[in-house]
Amino acid sequence: MKQLALVIDLNVCVGCHACVTSCKEWNTSGTAGSLSDFNPYEEDPTGTFFNRVQTFEIGEYPNTETVHFPKSCLHCEEPPCVPVCPTGASYKREEDGIVLVDYDKCIGCKYCSWACPYGARELDENQKVMKKCTLCVDRIYDETLPEAERKPACVLACPTSARLFGDVKDADSVVSETIRENGGYQLMPEWGTKPANHYLPRRKTRLTIHEDELTRVDNPLNKERQLPMPDEDEQTLDDVMSW
Amino acid sequence: MHPAFSVIFLTTLIGAGQGMFLALYTGQIYSVFNLVPGQDSHTFYGYGSLLALIFLAMGLLASFFHLGHPERAWRSAAKWRTSWLSREVIVLPSFMGMTFIYGLAHFTGYNPVLFSISDVYVVDLTLLLGFLATGLAFLLFLCTAMIYACIKFLQEWATPLTVVNYTLLGLASGFTLATVFASYAGIQLVSFYAGWAITLTVIAAITRTASLLRNSRIKPKSTMTSAIGIRHTKIQQKSRGFMAGSFNTREYFHNVSAALFKSIKWIFPILVFILPVIILSSGMATNSFAIYAFAFAVQYVGLIAERWFFFAQANHPQNLYYQTI
Repeated sequence: MKQLALVIDLNVCVGCHACVTSCKEWNTSGTAGSLSDFNPYEEDPTGTFFNRVQTFEIGEYPNTETVHFPKSCLHCEEPPCVPVCPTGASYKREEDGIVLVDYDKCIGCKYCSWACPYGARELDENQKVMKKCTLCVDRIYDETLPEAERKPACVLACPTSARLFGDVKDADSVVSETIRENGGYQLMPEWGTKPANHYLPRRKTRLTIHEDELTRVDNPLNKERQLPMPDEDEQTLDDVMSW
Repeated sequence: MHPAFSVIFLTTLIGAGQGMFLALYTGQIYSVFNLVPGQDSHTFYGYGSLLALIFLAMGLLASFFHLGHPERAWRSAAKWRTSWLSREVIVLPSFMGMTFIYGLAHFTGYNPVLFSISDVYVVDLTLLLGFLATGLAFLLFLCTAMIYACIKFLQEWATPLTVVNYTLLGLASGFTLATVFASYAGIQLVSFYAGWAITLTVIAAITRTASLLRNSRIKPKSTMTSAIGIRHTKIQQKSRGFMAGSFNTREYFHNVSAALFKSIKWIFPILVFILPVIILSSGMATNSFAIYAFAFAVQYVGLIAERWFFFAQANHPQNLYYQTI
């Protein structure tokens, strides 16, 4: 069993939207047809995208934190969008777990988009079929590309390496290790969709310093320090030694 | 959700068509047991089935406007093992076909007696055909409603009440339609159908109110915390990632003002339940075709509003990701 997926590190994402634009660029240039845009330079533009970066503010001023949140199809292990499809156009690949749409079978009834709690599917208003992230299935197996480039466009574009790509079912893969060791989690676990994509939480590096760590108890300089003067009425060594 | 008029017309029209057929068959069953006077096969059951078929065909036609690729609609029968939509696509034409055969047998008068029970109750061919069509009619109510009820995260829909309401509202409008038809073609059955229409409308009012009460108390299972996975009580979206429109901002919102949304919640029960019951009751005194037709028209317009509200009220969890530009 193989399940390809993305692991997105919210600790690293800077919200630059490079994954959004590279995704759009790659997928609009593919053989499956463009991701159509309408009125791109006019009032009320609209278009089809597979990937978006959203921004959330956590907490209340002044204790706030900004989180940039890339969102695309999560390639669920139990995809609710697949069984509802009346034609079988929406399917999950046995060999690598990618959820895809067969554009030649899709009738554009939008039922799958209703059945996705994440809003990961969009109807292309030009082709009138449902579209979604393909994990760049047309590039990750392309042997004419150098092996390092056989990754989804968004992963290659990310300047901070906030996006990892790999097999989450292989326990030894980088993505599995990262999920395991950095607290990777799934979105909306309450619906039992088992998303394959995981997110890594924000992580704070905190240094705890205790009081006794600031003063050195066994400071060697102590030996050479000037000793305090004895009190005036206190006996000195001379007082004791003389008779 | 964004209410699509193609689906609103599909569900309300076939509901009325199914109810109309079931009303005809109910009348036939009653006449077998001599509880109501039997009607002429040709003019009553034949044309009555035609009327039911017209409503079903109009609903089927409306459904095509929902599709991006209507020419590929035949493909949608493929996944009946998993998809309620696919099941509906199979059951609807089957039911239409069976209604056609039932109507044709009545219309042509080809109605051989199959057997009789203790020489009193005669079971003929149309009774058997009608029985099969009745099964398909109820199966169709189930399929149509389960399309919505099976999506568990649309919590307003994911309840057995959805199935109950689709069935009862279809029956109520169908029996009202049958009353209109009977006042034209089978005057002896008018009060029989009007009585049933009132009864079904009242029961539907109870179950639909139950679903309204249930939905007003729903606590959404998905929250901002589960949507982005950050454990904090105060999470505010600052950007959805784009300023333009998209499928996500159009398909899942009703896009009307809160005032209009709320007013439709009060308007549809008046149009679907209260006014038709009053008009049907007053019509029973005069048996006027026009009054019954008015009752059906009011109830049908109300059902459009009811179905609009049914869609608009459902709050899709994906909206959590699209709260601000």
